Amino acid sequence: MAELLRTYARLAWTWSRAAAQYPVSLVLLGVATAAVTSLDIAAIGLMFLRTPRIAGFSVAEVMFLYGTSGLSFILSDILMGGAERLDEHVRKGTLDALLVRPVSPLLQLATEDFSPRRFGKLVPTTLVFALALAHVPVRWTAPRIAMVPVMVLTGLVIFAAFWVLTTALQFVLVESRGATKSVTYGGAFLTQYPLSVFSRDIVRGLTFMVPLAFVNWEPSLYVLDKPDPLGLPGAFRFAGPVVAVVLCALAGPAWKSGLRHYRSTGS
Amino acid sequence: MIELADVEKTFVIRKRTGGLRRTRTVFRAVDGISFTVRAGEFVGYLGPNGAGKSTTIKMLTGILTASAGRIRVAGMDPARQRTQLARRLGVVFGQRTTLWWDLPLRDSLALIRHLYRIDPDDHRARLAELTELLDLGDFLDVPVRQLSLGQRMRGDLTAALLHDPPLLVLDEPTIGLDVVSKATVRGFLERLNVERGTTILLTTHDLGDIERLCRRVMVIDHGRLAYDGDLAEMRATVQADRQLIVDLARPGPPIALPGIEVVRTEGPRQWLALPRTHNAAAVIAALAGRHEIEDVALREPDIEEVVARLYRTGLPA
Repeated sequence: MAELLRTYARLAWTWSRAAAQYPVSLVLLGVATAAVTSLDIAAIGLMFLRTPRIAGFSVAEVMFLYGTSGLSFILSDILMGGAERLDEHVRKGTLDALLVRPVSPLLQLATEDFSPRRFGKLVPTTLVFALALAHVPVRWTAPRIAMVPVMVLTGLVIFAAFWVLTTALQFVLVESRGATKSVTYGGAFLTQYPLSVFSRDIVRGLTFMVPLAFVNWEPSLYVLDKPDPLGLPGAFRFAGPVVAVVLCALAGPAWKSGLRHYRSTGS
Repeated sequence: MIELADVEKTFVIRKRTGGLRRTRTVFRAVDGISFTVRAGEFVGYLGPNGAGKSTTIKMLTGILTASAGRIRVAGMDPARQRTQLARRLGVVFGQRTTLWWDLPLRDSLALIRHLYRIDPDDHRARLAELTELLDLGDFLDVPVRQLSLGQRMRGDLTAALLHDPPLLVLDEPTIGLDVVSKATVRGFLERLNVERGTTILLTTHDLGDIERLCRRVMVIDHGRLAYDGDLAEMRATVQADRQLIVDLARPGPPIALPGIEVVRTEGPRQWLALPRTHNAAAVIAALAGRHEIEDVALREPDIEEVVARLYRTGLPA
C-alpha cells in the first residue's frame, strides 16, 4: 500500500512538472476551474433568493451537503479522474504501453496528465464548506464531529469505486465515457442537494441501486438531525463505510475482468 | 525463455447486417502455434499483415489473454503474472511509443527507473552506457513529442532496456526509419545479443533486419507457423526460382526454352526465371546454342522472394 502511494506520488509529481512547463496556462486553468466550480454555488444561492428553505433545509444546511459532496467528489476526481480516459487508450490501442510496465495500468491512468490545476476546484468548495460548518444549527457532539471527516472519506471512496466500476465498463463498451460521466459527475450533482427534493423513487434508486445516498445524504441526516423521508432504519445513517467497502469489493474484480476482455488493436 | 504450446487466440466479430440483426463470426487470429525460444537466441518473426504476428507478441507480453494453449515466458504465465513478467521483459512497439509524450526524454527515463524500482547507481551507469551506444546525448532534454522518429525509437529502446531485461521483444522497430537510423538500431541490437546475451524476438516487415540479425526465422501465415528454422535452410528448402540474366548481342523476341519463363526484357537484356529443377549450366549451354550471347549472370533468390513464395504456397512437405 505504501509502495502504491509512493508510486502514485512519483507519477503525479512527474506529470505536474510537465504541466508546470507552461506556468501561465497552469495558473489560468486553475483559476478557470475554480470559477466554473463557483457557478454551482451561485446556482444554489439563486434558489435561496426565492425561498428560505429547500425541502426543509436551510441555506447553511444545503451548503453543508454541497460541501461534503463537493469535497468527496473533487478529491476522488483528483485521485482517480484520469481513469475515465481509458476508452481513448482502448480505441487507439495505447493501453498496450501501460500494460507492459510493472505498475497497475489503473494507477498509470489515474495519474496521467496529473496537474496541480486539479486542486483549483478545491478552493471554492472548501470555502463554502467552512462557511457551512460555521453556520449550521448543530449541537456539535463528539460523534457528530467525528462523522464529518468519516463521511467525506466514505464519499471519496464511493466515488472512486464508481470511477473504477464505470471505467471497467469501457473495456467492453468502447464509447461509454458518457456513462462514466453520468454516474460520477451526475452523482456529484445530485448529492449537492437534499435528496428529499427528488421523488421517493429516485431516492430509493439512489439508496439501493446506485448507492450515492451514502456519500453524504444518509450521514448528513444524522449530523443535521433530520428525519429520513423514506423512513429507513437509523442504521442506514452509519452504513456509508460498509457501502464503500462493498463497492470496492465489486470494483476490483470488475476492473480485472475488464482487462481480460481487452482486445487491443491491429498493429 | 519463451515456450508456446498449441496457442490459439480467437476474436468474435459482430457485424451489423441491417436493423438490429447482427452476425457473429469467430476469427482465429492465432490458430495453434507452438515454438520454443532458448536463452540467447535472436529470432526473427515474419508474416504478412494480419497473419497473427502482433497478436502473438501481445500474448507473450501479457497484453492479451490466449484463448487456448499454454504460454511460458521467463518461467511465468504472461496473462496471470503480467506485472511480474514486466520486470524481466523489455518491449518496443515500432508504431507507438511507450514514453510519455509531453515529458522530456530524461524525465521519462527517470520515471521508468521508479516504475521498475531500479537502483539509482545501476540506473546511472546503464543510462550512461545506453546514451553512448545509442547516441542520445543531443536530445535527452527534448520532450518526446518533438523527437524525430529515429530519435524516438532510440529513446524507446533505452526505456525498454534500462532495467536490463534478459528478454527483449521488438514489434517492427525499424518501421519508417531512414537508412542511418536503421543501421544504428541494427548494430545496437546485434551487440546487445552478442555481448549481453539478451534474448531477442523481432517482428518486422523489413527483411533486411532479418538477414542482418537473425539466424533463426519463424514465418507465420493465417495464424499458423509456416516455417521455423535456419534462415539459410529456408532459402534452400523453399524452392524459389533463381534468376538468369542474359545479355544478347542484339534485341530480340523473348527467349523460348521449355519450362523457363521470361520475367522481363529490356533491349538486349532478358531476365529468366530458372526453376530449381533446371541445371543452370545446361540451360546456359542450350541458350548459347540458339542465341548469340554477350554475357550471363546467375542470381540467387533474395529473401523477399523466398518469403513471398512461402506466403503463397506454404512450405513444401
